[in-house]
Amino acid sequence: MILTKAQYDEIAQCLVSVPPTRQSLRKLKQRFPSQSQATLLSIFSQEYQKHIKRTHAKHHTSEAIESYYQRYLHGVGKNGAAPVLLELANEVDYAPSLMARIILERFLQEHEETPPSKSVINSLLRDPSQIPDGVLANQVYQCTVNDCCYGPLVDCIKHAIGHEHEILLRDLLLEKNLSFLDEDQLRAKGYDKTPDFILQVPVAVEGHIIHWIESKASFGDECSHHAYLHDQFWSYWNRFGPGLVIYWYGFIQELDCNRERGILLKACFPTDIVTLGHGAAAP
Amino acid sequence: MAAVLESLLREEVSVAAAVRWIARGAQSSEGDAGEAAALSSLRPLRKEFVPFLLNFLREQSSRVVPQGPPTPAKTPGSSAALPGRPGGPPRGGRGARSQLFPPTEPLSAAAEAPAARRGGRRRGPGQARERGGRGPGSLEEGVGGESPLWAGSRRPRAAGSPSRARSDPPNLSNLEEFPPVGSVPPGSAGRTKPSRRINPTPVSEERSLSKPKTCFTSPPINCVPGPQPSVLDSSPWGQGLTAGCRSLQEEREMLRKERSKQLQQSPAPACPTPESGSSLPTRTGNLTAEPADPAKVSSRQRLELVALVYSSCIAENLVPNLFLELFFVLQLLTARRMVAAKSSDLEPSPGVLGSPESPLFQSVHDCVFFAVQVLEHQFQVLSCLDKGTLKLLAENERLLCFSPALQGRLRAAYEGSVAKVSLAMPPAVQAVSFQPETDNRANFSSDRAFHTFKKQRDVFYEVLREWEDRHEEPGWDFEKGLGSRIRAMMGQLSAACSHSHFVRLFQKQLLQMCQSPGGAGGTILGEAPDVLSVLGADKLGRLRRLQERLAAPQSSGGPCPPPSFPGCQAFFRDFILSAGSFQFNQHLMDSLSLKIRELNGFVLPQPEASEEDGEADVDWQGERRQFAVVLLSLRLLAKFLGFVAFLPYRGPEPPPTRELQDSILALRSQVPPVLDVRALLQQGLRAHRAVLTVPWLVEFLSLADHIVPMLDYYRSIFSLLLHLHRSLVLSKDSDGEMCFLNKLLLLAVLGWLFQIPTVPEDLFFVEEGQVDVFEMDTETSEHGLDGVPVVDQHLLYTCCPYIGELRKLLAVWVSGSSGRSGGFVRKITPTTTTSLGAPPLRTTQGLQAQLAQAFFHNQPPSLRRTVEFVAERIGSNCVKHIKATLVADLVHQAESLLQEQLVTQRQEGGDPGQLLEILCSQLCPHGAQALTQGREFCQKKSPGAVRALLPEETPAAVLSSAENIAVGLAIEKACTWLSANITALIRREVKAAVSRVLRAQGPEPAARGCRRGCSRA
Repeated sequence: MILTKAQYDEIAQCLVSVPPTRQSLRKLKQRFPSQSQATLLSIFSQEYQKHIKRTHAKHHTSEAIESYYQRYLHGVGKNGAAPVLLELANEVDYAPSLMARIILERFLQEHEETPPSKSVINSLLRDPSQIPDGVLANQVYQCTVNDCCYGPLVDCIKHAIGHEHEILLRDLLLEKNLSFLDEDQLRAKGYDKTPDFILQVPVAVEGHIIHWIESKASFGDECSHHAYLHDQFWSYWNRFGPGLVIYWYGFIQELDCNRERGILLKACFPTDIVTLGHGAAAP
Repeated sequence: MAAVLESLLREEVSVAAAVRWIARGAQSSEGDAGEAAALSSLRPLRKEFVPFLLNFLREQSSRVVPQGPPTPAKTPGSSAALPGRPGGPPRGGRGARSQLFPPTEPLSAAAEAPAARRGGRRRGPGQARERGGRGPGSLEEGVGGESPLWAGSRRPRAAGSPSRARSDPPNLSNLEEFPPVGSVPPGSAGRTKPSRRINPTPVSEERSLSKPKTCFTSPPINCVPGPQPSVLDSSPWGQGLTAGCRSLQEEREMLRKERSKQLQQSPAPACPTPESGSSLPTRTGNLTAEPADPAKVSSRQRLELVALVYSSCIAENLVPNLFLELFFVLQLLTARRMVAAKSSDLEPSPGVLGSPESPLFQSVHDCVFFAVQVLEHQFQVLSCLDKGTLKLLAENERLLCFSPALQGRLRAAYEGSVAKVSLAMPPAVQAVSFQPETDNRANFSSDRAFHTFKKQRDVFYEVLREWEDRHEEPGWDFEKGLGSRIRAMMGQLSAACSHSHFVRLFQKQLLQMCQSPGGAGGTILGEAPDVLSVLGADKLGRLRRLQERLAAPQSSGGPCPPPSFPGCQAFFRDFILSAGSFQFNQHLMDSLSLKIRELNGFVLPQPEASEEDGEADVDWQGERRQFAVVLLSLRLLAKFLGFVAFLPYRGPEPPPTRELQDSILALRSQVPPVLDVRALLQQGLRAHRAVLTVPWLVEFLSLADHIVPMLDYYRSIFSLLLHLHRSLVLSKDSDGEMCFLNKLLLLAVLGWLFQIPTVPEDLFFVEEGQVDVFEMDTETSEHGLDGVPVVDQHLLYTCCPYIGELRKLLAVWVSGSSGRSGGFVRKITPTTTTSLGAPPLRTTQGLQAQLAQAFFHNQPPSLRRTVEFVAERIGSNCVKHIKATLVADLVHQAESLLQEQLVTQRQEGGDPGQLLEILCSQLCPHGAQALTQGREFCQKKSPGAVRALLPEETPAAVLSSAENIAVGLAIEKACTWLSANITALIRREVKAAVSRVLRAQGPEPAARGCRRGCSRA
């Protein structure tokens, strides 16, 4: 799914106005029927994350935290089973998982002598049954389950998808008989930066030499691509030469502008591969 | 000089003897006693002859409207510094030296001025003086002295020579023509041009003792007051030159006596040449070229003689820069017209026009005649120029008109030239690959150092990418854009070990990016595409011009550009400057020095003692390429080493006072050199490896500061280089000597070095006689390179892109207009050369080649060496194998066929020469099998060799790719040679067999057959 910048902007524009719910996603699919669900979901998620990043600070002022905590206490005081926290998050337009984290932190501050560490919070979010307060545990659980962009569940899903695509890529490489070193092997050899795969023998994709392949199970928008370029892709180039990035859920066409320089973008495993000593596609 | 010329003209001394004298001093054992005597009296003046001759020629041609840049620019923008112009900075002389021709603009002013000046400057009848208000007066006298001889027909020209009738006897009795030095010839303001180009500066005490030095170079110019005495007075040469003047005066005295003697015998002055009138300035017709006509040449003998002396000086390497002289000569050849600045002076006294005082070049015809004469003598060098230049020369209508013979030779050279057109794409910028052996955590002292270096690598490339993107933007500034980021990064390098890591990265990246000519911003060579010849002649010029504009990166600074950092090199230079890190510089110098030493020890794979010359060729292409890579790397590294090493001392100006200079010298002379280049040079010379060592040494020295050449250590280096320069006589071609192109490369780079602003001007002419000559080992040194044809034309042009200026000059001539703004100014922003070859090879073959290159990128360097080694050996063995099998079989066949033929032929009485032809026509087609068999051989042999040599642990995919590449390279090597040579090889072998057989049959027919065979083969 390679989108032009204009197409992408249209989708992103559309997302600004809707809340981050499954219903919104469904509507989006109707609006852009030609786009795959995965692409739309990825864009949806990225846009939402941008939105949250923009508003993050305002939810973390001590006044805001205090007011959220009081509303939570008030809410559960009335009805502990009602989705108080989830509704609060939706009402103030903040990610439920993050709202749960704010309240949990505030709660622990009140009930423990020492301020809770990040890892403690994370493990409690991952497994709410460990939370000492049953009502809060339930509220947190409702939040993490209903959040489609943040939270341990989403992280887990994302990780799984990422891994799945790496496996997919590995299988394709093996199938094409292209030998490679994977990340773990590279780390063992002491490489300081490690793409998913380094090809032991470079190939040409669409006429461009590539030495490495990085798999990204997401949509390549400007924001994430630039971050990746800076932190990963150029670093790979700096060490191993030109390479290929596969954004399995597509990318903005205009970002594929570094081909001559040595960063090639694709939305799928390439078909036009020329190997050393062979004119046509893989042996 | 005048006296010498005079002796020449009187035929007391032959040109050869004179040149010998100039070159090696008076004691010319070979010459006869009379010659020696004639010359020995002039001994004190010996050294000044060449600079004087060069100045004289420049001076004489100052009225030529040249095309091309007013180069060579030793100091760019030096035109403002000409001594003859108001407001010139005090050091004008230096600038002047770099100037072949005065800028066009003042010339045209001069051209338009005569009418206005006419009134005030009339002279007495019979005294048209052609002095330009500056120095060459004495020279003109010298030249003038010859005329009577011509009139007396002592050196007869071929009958019908038009110039003969016009020979101009001098008016010797005229004091005004030969005024005492120091007297101001009235109204000689016709020219406003500076005359001095070669301009020795008295630099140190000891040198200023060598009195003659000042004599011929400086004083003649400055002691003779010009039209603007005030300006001259303010010139740095205005004082302290009395000694020189005196010796000049002595010479003039001698001349005058000589002349008066001659006068008694010389016939009356002949009529003046009608020519000069034609050179009236035309203000319209901007720079359209005047046609040149051999019939209108004035005083041929004089021109011929000067051309001969000049050419001999060039041939003996008595001139500092061979290519500069060629450039000058080509400027004369392509002169648009002459400015008739002197017409005012000449008009009133037509009777003496063309007198000895008359200029050497009176018209464009003279210039062209002289140029063609010199070119004829320099044919050997010309024939080594690139195909494009040869074509332009051969097509030059003036050259054709003046010397059809030379044109024919040039045409033949052009047709025979195997032009190496290099359109190879410079590889895109590649990063230095990460090699776990040197780059992983184990190579760092701490985790922190490891991670710091990780970040640094990324910042370095980020900076590099930004530079690539932006350095051509107007207004972008390296320091402003990247300086702080670079310094922040350098600041993190604390541990020495991190420095060495970073320096290694830096140096490797430097080599990767700048080694290829494309990366260095070099020019693309070659001739104009053949399309041009298909098109009509009128379009040709325009197309050429367009092509020139497209192909030429902004014209380099003329034939002697100052040292520069073209292309990507600028990034590394600016990086060093912006980083401003002492530690970094030190580590960099260490690293560069080590690498230079390592590469300087480069040894060519020993060419096997091949019984037959043919087979050695198999290895040549590869070895030449290898040599070229090493040489170019060395030059690059040495340039940067010179840059960093002399960076703390560099300044635009030499120290202002002697005291300051002395104290600096005292300080500097105790600092050990960064790399013992003298020892390396001495070793190189002794081991016959100058062709490798000198070019990089020149790069190193070119970045030295003003003090360096005065330091004893470096002086001795220059002295060695000067000796070497003198010894590289191109025409000498004895065994064991240096190959022609090797010599030419050294002459070009040395000539360039001698023109560098920081190299004292007089160094070339003064430094001599120090007989600490290097002893060349007479026994053939094992790893000698000088006698091996390692330099090809492509390498020559890559190392010396300024030679391409010759072609540009000729191309501009073709294009018909050098433009008002001075010729080389291009209105179209030239695209860089890379864009010409831009569409990268996307063909299957090109891609495979790229893949093969890329394959080695992330592999350890040893892998590449192994593969190349295998390919080279297998390829070579393949040829041997083919000779031993296929060719041997064919020879057997030939012998039996011959036996049959002989039996029949005996009866018919056929011709053995024909026999050979018949045999060859039957057998040579079988040569085609050689390719198939060669391919099979390489396919069979290479993989095993690769497998045996690579580590056991090599991954299978890597191994098989390495094998494939080795097979491909071996096939390429073998088949390239076979397809080019197999027919000749078979022919040769068959011929040998035929003569063997015939000899066995009987002596008589064998001889006949052989002779015929030989003449045909």
